Amino acid sequence: MSNSSTSDLLKPFKLKTKQQELLISILCLVYILAFITRLFSVLRYESMIHEFDPYFNYRTTLYLTQHGFYDFWNWFDYESWYPLGRIVGGTLYPGLMVTAALIYRLLHFLRFAVHIREVCVLTAPFFASNTTLVAYFFGKEIWDSGAGLVAAILIAVCPGYISRSVAGSYDNEGVAIFALLFTFYLFVKAVNKGSLAWGLASAFGYFYMVSAWGGYIFIINLIPLYVLVLLITGRYSMRLYVAYNCMYILGMLLAMQIRFVGFQHVQSGEHMAAMGVFFLMQVFYFLDWVKHMLSDTKLFQEFLSITVTCAVAAGGIALGVGVASGYISPWTGRFYSLLDPTYAKDHIPIIASVSEHQPTAWSSFMFDFHILLFLFPAGLYFCFKRLSDATIFIVMYGLTSMYFAGVMVRLILVATPAVCLISAIAVSATVKNLTVLLRSKNKVAQIGSTKGTSSAKASSKASLDQSQPFQKNGAMALLFGAFYLLSRYATHCTWVTSEAYSSPSIVLAARGAHGNRVIFDDYREAYFWLRQNTPPDAKVMSWWDYGYQITAMGNRTVIVDNNTWNNTHIATVGRAMSSYEDEAYEIIRSLDVDYVLVVFGGVTGYSSDDINKFLWMVRIGGGVFPVIKEPDYLVNGEYRVDKGAAPKMLNCLMYKLSYYRFGEMMTEYGKPPGYDRARGVEIGNKDIKLEHLEEAFTTSNWIVRIYKVKPPNNRW
Amino acid sequence: MEAPIRAREALGFILFSLLFSICRSSSLNHLLISNAERRIDLSSHIVKVYLTLKVENAGSTPTSEVFLSFPPTQVDHLATVEALVTKGKRKKTTLVRLDVKPTELPDAPNDAKYFAIYLENPLKSGESTTLEVLYLLTHSQEPFPAEIAQSESQLVYYRDSALILSPYHIKQQTTFIKTPSTKVESFTRVEPSNRAGTEIKYGPYEDHPPYSFSPILIHFENNSPFAVVEELVREVEISHWGNLQVTEQYTLVHAGARHKGVFSRVDFQSRPTLNGASSLRYLLARLPPRVHSVYYRDEIGNISSSHLRTDSRKSELEIEPRYPLFGGWKATFVIGYGLPLQDFLFETSDDRRYLNFTFGCPLLETVVDKLTIKVVLPEGSKDPSAVVPFPVEQHLETKYSYLDVVGRTVVVMEKKNLVPTHNSHFQVYYTFKPIFMLAEPLMLASAFFLFFVACVAYLHIDLSIRK
Repeated sequence: MSNSSTSDLLKPFKLKTKQQELLISILCLVYILAFITRLFSVLRYESMIHEFDPYFNYRTTLYLTQHGFYDFWNWFDYESWYPLGRIVGGTLYPGLMVTAALIYRLLHFLRFAVHIREVCVLTAPFFASNTTLVAYFFGKEIWDSGAGLVAAILIAVCPGYISRSVAGSYDNEGVAIFALLFTFYLFVKAVNKGSLAWGLASAFGYFYMVSAWGGYIFIINLIPLYVLVLLITGRYSMRLYVAYNCMYILGMLLAMQIRFVGFQHVQSGEHMAAMGVFFLMQVFYFLDWVKHMLSDTKLFQEFLSITVTCAVAAGGIALGVGVASGYISPWTGRFYSLLDPTYAKDHIPIIASVSEHQPTAWSSFMFDFHILLFLFPAGLYFCFKRLSDATIFIVMYGLTSMYFAGVMVRLILVATPAVCLISAIAVSATVKNLTVLLRSKNKVAQIGSTKGTSSAKASSKASLDQSQPFQKNGAMALLFGAFYLLSRYATHCTWVTSEAYSSPSIVLAARGAHGNRVIFDDYREAYFWLRQNTPPDAKVMSWWDYGYQITAMGNRTVIVDNNTWNNTHIATVGRAMSSYEDEAYEIIRSLDVDYVLVVFGGVTGYSSDDINKFLWMVRIGGGVFPVIKEPDYLVNGEYRVDKGAAPKMLNCLMYKLSYYRFGEMMTEYGKPPGYDRARGVEIGNKDIKLEHLEEAFTTSNWIVRIYKVKPPNNRW
Repeated sequence: MEAPIRAREALGFILFSLLFSICRSSSLNHLLISNAERRIDLSSHIVKVYLTLKVENAGSTPTSEVFLSFPPTQVDHLATVEALVTKGKRKKTTLVRLDVKPTELPDAPNDAKYFAIYLENPLKSGESTTLEVLYLLTHSQEPFPAEIAQSESQLVYYRDSALILSPYHIKQQTTFIKTPSTKVESFTRVEPSNRAGTEIKYGPYEDHPPYSFSPILIHFENNSPFAVVEELVREVEISHWGNLQVTEQYTLVHAGARHKGVFSRVDFQSRPTLNGASSLRYLLARLPPRVHSVYYRDEIGNISSSHLRTDSRKSELEIEPRYPLFGGWKATFVIGYGLPLQDFLFETSDDRRYLNFTFGCPLLETVVDKLTIKVVLPEGSKDPSAVVPFPVEQHLETKYSYLDVVGRTVVVMEKKNLVPTHNSHFQVYYTFKPIFMLAEPLMLASAFFLFFVACVAYLHIDLSIRK
């Protein structure tokens, strides 16, 4: 033994470093993979900002880098919500912009003369890469490092996450998912260790999350729920007490520094659960202390019932008084619609009108999760088998977020990390079991060798092995099956990323008649026209979807934009669009509008245009102004634009602006002039005369049409 | 470079005015123009005037200066003046370019401005010579009506004199004006004058004393797009690793008759010749050969409508703005491209390097109101000096690009009112030690090295407090 003692000492070290090297290189590769798989859109199109909201984020980041933080914080934006304006610093989550600006500053400090746009475009992939690292550590914390590695790999390519973090999708979610997972990881670590340092770290993680995204509500409700579950299942410990109190108090104080959040932590109904659990923890601690002091169990039972009743009563009364006096605000519509999927449809059409707020279809679960959907229950099974504080957390996170993902499409994003982690546990545990089975035979054969690290296990497996003769073959087959499934997952993810999630939606691409790629760059054509050829103070009215893009790319004032905080204002625009021209003109004049912009897909067959969104304008307009009635625009409950359309539909402003002079246009060979390719019908009103507006600009494929509002006629 | 020219000018001016005060009557009057022919080409928005003057020395003293005079309204729009003289007889004629400098003469009538042509050999008494003068005028066609609708064609005024403004007596002169189409609304008649096809002829006029002036106004159709670059900033960045990166920022405007009222896409698409005849649909940029990585974009992203055609002698980039430019409409965009350095960078015998590059705007048929050329020299280069064939304003700047520590020296040259004839070459001389090329790679390498050293150190140092 003595001569082999040095080698015995060295061996685990060598093995460890080898494993570490492997681990680090795998993590590095995953880190790079997560980044480059999100670059499809940059390669296919260009380095540009995608979609709608990212344009606002880009514009504010630009402002931040040009004017500095304090000007940004106090920025009053005259260009949006005319004539109301917007206090930008007080109505946004600044985390994303500050992060991008810091990266930009850092790069410039290191003498990398990059443009801020490049930084913004690549922020989301960069944070996705960081998320994979967090996923590894989280997986390591709740299960083992193997599960961590698998989790990192799964989350690196999971379409549910990629959908919001491709290059160019410069949105809050891009950094928020990182912050969310990081906060959870730090909190679980704090609970496991019971150390103040990790609690403090989780409070800072929470602060970053609050600064980045409104989804922090999920954290501030999930963590109390988790604590409550631990309390009920009798897993209360000092570690939990330290972790939760530190995280809650400091996190709350830090979160109050964000102006958009302000005092909501003590005033809003959505945050009350956390506060209630905080007080409950104190009661628990107090009871624990009393129990420690009192030796008589009967006396303690009495005391317990009295204290609990008092505490619950006091809490209930405080809540009741707070709500009744208006100090604690009731839950918001979005929160209600999360708990009750039918709520928005009946009460807030503006929330329901957004496609990403729709309940999720089964197909999109399959699309975004693929095999994870089957691995998720398996992972839950493993978690339940090895229950600990950490696995309870991940189970709760997985189950609640899966529910929310079912309620709203966009919340699949929140569920993705949990699904990946739990699936990783399933994969890792299964593969580990199978490989142990495979190795066990060898172990039995070379039982004398010093290599046996788990000889006890091996021998037990070996005994099993003899009872089931085909076990090794079965394990082999299962292992191959697992690898086959995982490789299918990888190909599916790549395919989804490249086909579905890498389109900037500003530039549209289609296949031409000869199979060549045709680019429709009409949006930017129109916005750039607005920017260059209209007076700098011109006010543009459009449906709210295009508001952010018009201010960011067109640099012109808009009436409504994607920050849908004022329903009445949006309804006014909806009403103008759905009224007859002279009525609409009155509204347009009262809003001081100079240009009206509509999006029209009749020539190109682009289906997400304003005519297809029109019923939402009617609904939202009608929600505030009862003059607008949805049935007026429908024929027997059917929405049509051809000859059989409702007379009000054929003469409303939106119809006129979309189809003005379209009746003269031949769109498709063999079809009559005025054939709408987006809806596949010949339009019903080809003789459109405009009285108060005139065509100012139409893009080359007619996707964007801009009309100028004429000054009122002279009365004399 | 500029100072000696200025000094020479000033000296020349002083000498000249001294001379002038002594023999004032003879200095101008001893020359006369026996025959003058002027051809004004109005077919684009840049007015090209070709002047053939037969100058005769009727005095007794030889002279080497011939003066051209311009009315003050034209001088502001005068982009360039060139003078050539024919040498040799019959078939062996060659054209020699002469120096032309703006000068001033005292008691010029009605603020007339002068350019002096310096002859190679003084013109002796009784001798005569033929001068070919070419000058270009910008912003000299005034749209009238000033606003037109989409379906109307663009009509412009051109103002000039039927007689050539000259400080000399002209014995015989003729002016031909070429209009872009046969559609001429009106023109001032100064008999004998007539119009045939696209040409209006004034003259011949006999024996007109100095400073004769007879204003004419021509109102005609000119549907060529008035492409004017209000501001152009060209940045030429030299990298001794073999690349010359050019970035050009344009502010383009259609300076013709302003667009009024509706823009109808359906009319524009279905009847392109009748609708928006004067609109600017595309531009052609002539780039040097062997150009690579060309891009065309603006503040909000790439513009996908451009085509590049390259051959061994030149590259042509056809660019379409995002939207057709009607009168008064603007577009800003950036064109960038890389060029192989060995085509443009040379070494002098005294170990200096110089960049030889074209000065003007690569777009064809455009006027540039203000051009700024920035030549970004590599980090560590010294003693920059520029040689430009015409007077420009110059200063130095510092620019920080990737991995720059001390910054790069930038030679900035500015000039106003440019036409395509300004596309001549200029040179920027500087000294550069090739060792500086290694600075940035070494910096990067050492940064990585330090990073790895730090990693190794971290892995080998035990920082824990407890043992």
